Amino acid sequence: MTPQEVDTRALRARYPDVFDRPASARLAMPAMIVAAFAVLVYGLVDLDFSPSRFLAGLSQLGWISLMMIPPDPGSSLPVYLKALGETLSIALLGTTLAAFFALPVSLLAARNIVPSNILRFPVRRFLDSIRGVDTLIWALVWINVVGLGPFAGVLAIAVSDFGAFGKLFSEAIEGADQKQVEGIRASGGSKLHEIRFGLLPQVLPVIAGQVLYFIESNTRSATIIGIVGAGGIGLQLAEQIRVLEWQKVSFLILMILVAVAAIDFISGKLRFAIIGRRAVA
Amino acid sequence: MTTAVSILPEQQLAVLNAAYRQAVARRRWRLLLGIGTFAAALLLAAIGAEVNLRTLFTYFGNFLSYFDRIFTLDSGQRVWTDVGEWLWGWRKWLKMLGETLLISYVGTLIGATLAFCLNFFAAENTSPAPWLRFVVRRLLEFARTVPGIVFALIFVIAFGLGPMAGVLAIAIHSTGALGKLFSEIVENADMKPVEGIRSTGASWLSCMRFAVVPQVTAGYASYALLRFEINVREASVMGFVGAGGIGQELVVAIRKFYYSDVSAILLTIIVTVFIIDITTGWLRGRLFGKEART
Repeated sequence: MTPQEVDTRALRARYPDVFDRPASARLAMPAMIVAAFAVLVYGLVDLDFSPSRFLAGLSQLGWISLMMIPPDPGSSLPVYLKALGETLSIALLGTTLAAFFALPVSLLAARNIVPSNILRFPVRRFLDSIRGVDTLIWALVWINVVGLGPFAGVLAIAVSDFGAFGKLFSEAIEGADQKQVEGIRASGGSKLHEIRFGLLPQVLPVIAGQVLYFIESNTRSATIIGIVGAGGIGLQLAEQIRVLEWQKVSFLILMILVAVAAIDFISGKLRFAIIGRRAVA
Repeated sequence: MTTAVSILPEQQLAVLNAAYRQAVARRRWRLLLGIGTFAAALLLAAIGAEVNLRTLFTYFGNFLSYFDRIFTLDSGQRVWTDVGEWLWGWRKWLKMLGETLLISYVGTLIGATLAFCLNFFAAENTSPAPWLRFVVRRLLEFARTVPGIVFALIFVIAFGLGPMAGVLAIAIHSTGALGKLFSEIVENADMKPVEGIRSTGASWLSCMRFAVVPQVTAGYASYALLRFEINVREASVMGFVGAGGIGQELVVAIRKFYYSDVSAILLTIIVTVFIIDITTGWLRGRLFGKEART
């Protein structure tokens, strides 16, 4: 029997739901697409998009790109290198501070350490609210408190990562195997012994991996908090953009890309050395 | 009570103990070395970033008192005693928040569309030519690595102040991030349907349309929603460089020391981010089941 001879009518009668999906199911997808498109159009209008403005901007952007070539630091290469060092310092110090303070707090937020929901809830919400505020906002706040400069950047990264670490660490602790903790308890260990010998050996490699990953991603964050005045290479970048020194701008962007790639490479190697080829974060 | 543990003879035990100590000593030595290197790096970083522990402790008091101040109204009362006075600008702030959400929506959609168009060229298994894959991958990498706010700074100069620069900055950054994630999904897709379609003599485009796209759309939508969530946060700070949204109001309030406004705007931002997080989380769970959640 060739395919043409199959009686489609009989098949239709036998499997009605394969051939006739209900109208709601068939219309759901196009309706969603139309709705998404409608919101897009409304957004474009509301946000002052116009083709002429777009084209003018594009040609402007083309000019800017042309003026960026070739990248050239002028005579300020030493200043930029120092700023880059400052950025890396901000990332390293901020992440370490955050991890240091987040570890005890994350114990309080983990279900297997603090079983009481009433105790855990405020800690978790507290961490959530810290994470809800962007690093740049923290940087602005700290600039108000300690003044312009890299120190404000360190504190901004430390605070915003504190929220993220608290959550990640507590998840790592909750994912730990309870058998070892029970073993310690069975041999007469106290609650602190359980944490020190049953839990920490399991979670420390995971935590170390996460901290390294954050140092990596904070190198990026540290470049941008300079834009609001918190030190590092972002400060130089924002200044050069404002005075339209495009060759220096492109050089700074290249520097950032190279630095980020180098840090990625190093911390990737380190992470594999510490925790093996397991995925983190 | 007698124990069942058998004690080995002394000389046998000594050998085992020595081996154990040696193994542990090597690990401890390596750990110590690691900690030493790390401490040295920290010290170097502390000097580089002009950190002074003494100033940190003096300033920490300032930090706490800053929070005391932002929760105090001009009249000296706590903000929650007079919510109407605290949130006096809610009409304006809600409008700016709406603008922020629109910026992230339009930016995410444009970015996801561009990423959708580009990712098939970047994926190992579907790219038509190796050189094309190389070029597209480097392009996506560039868009991903340069922070969104740097794009915003440059676009503000090219396109003028306003939300347009923010939208484009978010769109470019999302293209880079989503392009990579999308191409990873494509690389994990089953290639048998592609072979089946190619064996009927179909073009590359039809292969993608009928064999790959049906497998990957759910993953794409999930990642795009996740990206939207991230972009809402990002859009809330785009105003710092003049690229539209609530950030504009916030930066003015912080710089001009309008303390109670700072806490009010922060509150609206945090609540919005919470709501968006919960909604998209729910939507992703609804649309793709639990396994698609990342």
